[in-house]
Amino acid sequence: MSAVLEKPRPDRGALPSRSHLDWLESEAIFILREVAGECANPVLFFSGGKDSIVLLRLAEKAFRPAKFPFPLMHVDTGHNFPEVIAFRDARAAELGERLIARSVEESMRRGTVKLRRPDESRNAAQSVTLLEAIAEFGFDAAIGGARRDEEKARAKERVFSFRDEFGQWDPKNQRPELWSLYNTRVAKGEHMRVFPISNWTELDVWQYLSRERLAVPSIYYAHRRPVVRRNGLLVPVTQITPPREGETVEELSVRFRTVGDISCTCPVESTAATAAEVIAETALTTITERGATRMDDQTSEASMERRKKEGYF
Amino acid sequence: MTLLGEIERAAPAVEDLGVLRFITAGSVDDGKSTLIGRLLHDTRAIFEDQLAAVARASSKRGQDDLDLSLLTDGLEAEREQGITIDVAYRYFATPRRKFIIADTPGHEQYTRNMVTGASTADATVILIDARKGVLPQTRRHAYIAHLLGVRHIIVAVNKMDLVGFDETVFDRIRKDFLAFASALAIADLRFIPISALRGDLIVDRGKSMSWYRGPTLLAALEEIDVADEADALPFRFPVQLVVRPGAGKDFRGYAGRVESGTLFPGTELVALPSGQRTVVRDIVSLDRSMPVAVAGDSVTVVLADDIDVSRGDMLADPTHRPHSLRSIRARICWLSSNLLDARTVSTARFLLKHTTRSVKAKLLHLNYRVDINTLEQQAAPTGLAMNDIANVSLSLAQPLFVDSYELNRATGSFILIDEATNQTLAAGMIDG
Repeated sequence: MSAVLEKPRPDRGALPSRSHLDWLESEAIFILREVAGECANPVLFFSGGKDSIVLLRLAEKAFRPAKFPFPLMHVDTGHNFPEVIAFRDARAAELGERLIARSVEESMRRGTVKLRRPDESRNAAQSVTLLEAIAEFGFDAAIGGARRDEEKARAKERVFSFRDEFGQWDPKNQRPELWSLYNTRVAKGEHMRVFPISNWTELDVWQYLSRERLAVPSIYYAHRRPVVRRNGLLVPVTQITPPREGETVEELSVRFRTVGDISCTCPVESTAATAAEVIAETALTTITERGATRMDDQTSEASMERRKKEGYF
Repeated sequence: MTLLGEIERAAPAVEDLGVLRFITAGSVDDGKSTLIGRLLHDTRAIFEDQLAAVARASSKRGQDDLDLSLLTDGLEAEREQGITIDVAYRYFATPRRKFIIADTPGHEQYTRNMVTGASTADATVILIDARKGVLPQTRRHAYIAHLLGVRHIIVAVNKMDLVGFDETVFDRIRKDFLAFASALAIADLRFIPISALRGDLIVDRGKSMSWYRGPTLLAALEEIDVADEADALPFRFPVQLVVRPGAGKDFRGYAGRVESGTLFPGTELVALPSGQRTVVRDIVSLDRSMPVAVAGDSVTVVLADDIDVSRGDMLADPTHRPHSLRSIRARICWLSSNLLDARTVSTARFLLKHTTRSVKAKLLHLNYRVDINTLEQQAAPTGLAMNDIANVSLSLAQPLFVDSYELNRATGSFILIDEATNQTLAAGMIDG
């Protein structure tokens, strides 16, 4: 084969240069479109959190002026921050897209989720409800906003990550992923988890939210909140997480870096009231997103990996 | 958002050079984990809690020093066995550029993992231990990087502290490398002496090698120019989706990514396989029209004429068309643990995925196998096992629109899938 490239082309200086956000955005849009092109019945996880807010903007860029080729879904532990749930519903309505909500409490009523103690975190139980919902609707692909920089088990996750009929992730036996040629094939009962923003960091997410002028739930910005100090974390004082005996309740200016289940999500001290201020703080922070905020990832060196193997997203 | 405006104005005017993806080739003994740890640490991409976790894990193993390889070994089994199983991706950024490192382990499945990591890499950093010089594995690494079309290769001669920072050692290794690498015709090849352990010439220059005048490793990675490589090639746009809002809206667009070339409203195109020609009416992204799309941009293209285009088709430069082929010759890397027995070749059927098009494929012939240690071609191999690299001939159920891999990675690459098990069996690069 020969190819002679004598075609006059515009001077590179005249072409727009692509910033790192352009690059990341373009890759994610490509991935979303591959899901739409190859998967029969996909769904997109939308929790109202910042990563899934980014996913929705990317889906707009991938598919508008058409509607999204998938519904949105959220698995609610029943222990989510009310601001986030309100934001979730408002954003889905604003986009005119269908939102499916399934709750861990329904699984508890069905008896498929059994907690050892009433105050046990429901975060891990989400996996059960999630797999039940995937089976209920027959989804063959579930798009999520997980990022490889979040946690070291996630660093080895594929963009198209295969789940067997039990929803399990087998990290030692993953399909090799080359170029952007994704192998999306699954048999009946199996499914793919797809992570379009795998290559984004927390800083990239905030820079993108800022560039796109995207609204986020108010608790991502600094606000005053009663907290107690426990194991080096700030634990928010709520009905679900009351202060323990001997703990002193303080009211501090805080913001959340992640907005997961209340029982395991902690804010950090902050005065950042805008996206730009959050970016400035994120660029300087010395603690990872999950390290500063997640009680459930600190229980063992492999806690995330174990949850993921069982179907956690 | 006035504050944002102020911060943007106050920030020093450095151009955002986008993303550079690179791979580090070398074994643990060459100091690869230390190098990655050093890059992450000195660019402040490692956080205190990660370092604390590494310290905890190191002391649990009875190690006094921080074992930076624990930063990159993510899975339980890896930590238990002290090995690295799979490709892991790491991130760091400087004010100029975001970097993605594919960290590929050097054990039995090395070839498969390096091929995977190199498939998306712009650059490869090949590590050489200054005490050992060029080894058979160095040739292997250079060959795989070249095979996968990585155009920028940096040879980092590490552990210079253990050879007294001797310039003559560095020069000899450079000569040895060039002696075999000249045959590979590497487009951009650089040599940098470093000490990953001490941090010399990684991010900071250090004081020990003032005889070296070139850039540090990080500066070299920042300078690599990948912007116009794909823009300069003929236009290729594999169609991912047809965007049709339906009811009452008069819009029909073709969604995809510009894999090479540039696109303007008014650009003439040919649609393949139909061969119909048309002109770009508009390039849209969400609610705005774009004056131009360059390689890497995901856009939606609106055409002037109503022609037959669907997923798997390609829009291309009509004067420099891709080759439309029903049979191809390609180099493949066998990725699967299932052997491919040469005696069963005549019955082997695959699904071949190329750009956004999947077709049935039949293996016609195993032309030769490459011995990855000697780089010699072995005619008539008895079969292929995991990590093997071979040249094959394939017959296709429908035509593909291809360029040689050497010329265009996106339209020259494919994967082979087992239709029964859905496993990815092989990665392929189409011959020129």
